[in-house]
Amino acid sequence: MGSTWAVDLANVGAVYPWLGYEVIMVVIAIIAWLIWHFVQIREEENDYAEDIKLHGSKENIKKALEERV
Amino acid sequence: MGDNITALTTIFTEFYYWVTVVMMFLIHVGFCMYEVGVSRTRNHLHTLMKNTMLIPLVTITFFFFGWWIYWAFPNGPFIYEGKGLILDGATGANQYLPWSPKMGPNLQDHITGVFWAAFLLFSWTVASIVSGAVIERIKSGAFWIIAVMIGSVTWIIDAAWGWHFDGWMVKLLGYHDAYASGVIHAIGGGTALGVLIVLGPRLGRFAADGTPRDFVPHNQWLVTIGLFLIYTGFWGFYAACNVPIISPEAIAGQITGATWTGTTIYLTPTTLSAITFNFLMSLSGGLMVAYIISKGNPFWTYSGGLAGVITASAGNDLYHPIQAFFIGGIGIYIAYYLHYWVERKFKIDDAVGAVAVHGYCGFIGCVIAGFLLWGYPSSPYEGYAAVNPIGNTIGGVIMFLVLGFIPGWVMAKILDGMGLLRVPRQVELMGLDFKSLHEEEIAREEVLRVEKAMA
Repeated sequence: MGSTWAVDLANVGAVYPWLGYEVIMVVIAIIAWLIWHFVQIREEENDYAEDIKLHGSKENIKKALEERV
Repeated sequence: MGDNITALTTIFTEFYYWVTVVMMFLIHVGFCMYEVGVSRTRNHLHTLMKNTMLIPLVTITFFFFGWWIYWAFPNGPFIYEGKGLILDGATGANQYLPWSPKMGPNLQDHITGVFWAAFLLFSWTVASIVSGAVIERIKSGAFWIIAVMIGSVTWIIDAAWGWHFDGWMVKLLGYHDAYASGVIHAIGGGTALGVLIVLGPRLGRFAADGTPRDFVPHNQWLVTIGLFLIYTGFWGFYAACNVPIISPEAIAGQITGATWTGTTIYLTPTTLSAITFNFLMSLSGGLMVAYIISKGNPFWTYSGGLAGVITASAGNDLYHPIQAFFIGGIGIYIAYYLHYWVERKFKIDDAVGAVAVHGYCGFIGCVIAGFLLWGYPSSPYEGYAAVNPIGNTIGGVIMFLVLGFIPGWVMAKILDGMGLLRVPRQVELMGLDFKSLHEEEIAREEVLRVEKAMA
């Protein structure tokens, strides 16, 4: 994309910045997506382990069940 | 866009798909409300976030590879006449690679973005079908991997095969599934069943002798309003399955004359008026039968309306409205009793009846369409098999079993083997929202303590 709209639009295609660098952007995005899954799964596992460690006694579970059906 | 007619047609088509996308958003709102309404209060937040976060994950992966698969896989690859991936040419997949200039703001292309989004919203829906079945015990991370699998891989392969004007199932089998009984619903229900078998029922769902216990939805209002919203979004879904306006020259098939038309995804002619008749009549058939067999149970009555539409969807471009009405009723009748039989026999805990409403009805819809539309052309192009019962039944099996149940079961087995599928027993009993709710209570007590000190 040039620096003016004084053009015949029939000759204008893609208008986003960094034209020509799409592959790099996609690769970075795919890496970010995969990292997201790893981080999310690790956090979820840690949360469950912490819940069980801090609150997982029989008494606590019974109390939780009575408080919220 | 050369002349004014072309420009108007293009802009109309662009706006048409855009509107369907906005309408289909309501399907997801409905699914979220429905699932939260069915879940127990200690699992609300987890249930809501599980369904919400499939939106970004399926969206980005559908951008990365889902859309490319749709255009690349119509031959199988190597199922139809040994032909491989379709990569080049006017409908080639490479123009839909995520780094293609068409996959972004491009003044020469008004359609790719909205057409991609319409298919993407189908992807959310199919993943959301699985989401409801597995509530209250699946780990979020596991579900989101399954969501990406069905939303951006398996369903879009089935769409390339059986929901594409050039798909091998249409050419060889005469497969006809205009509004996605099999393509969306059977695969969603099949995948859910595969996952449920590995996942197991919620704790306490079955007595020692195998008798199921009823986990009553905590909020019937939320459930029913959610289903109402799904109905509403379903209008957009139906419209999105059509090509709104196209000339015979553009189709370049066997249609003669100069009359422009709306078409199905197969480019066979239809009208919005036709599918409006049949949407409403099949909805009515489903509602009426469900009300009677469930003795007025709101959960099943509303689900019955949805099941009615889903069962008739495969042929709702061509059925007479009275046929659509009866097909809708037949679908929920079979699905309702099959649901309870499977539940008792195999101890399957499908929390929202997704396998029945989507899976069984979707499959039944494919079979019925094969019989009722027997002999109809499946395509405007020469050389395609006509619609027939065997082809549509095989198609239903491919959707429910081959691309639905088996991948769902395999993925669930892998995740289970890695210890990632099911939440720990203690957490399931405490409630999946335990941590959030506990922290909220502490915060509330702290504010109360401070306020009391200030009094």
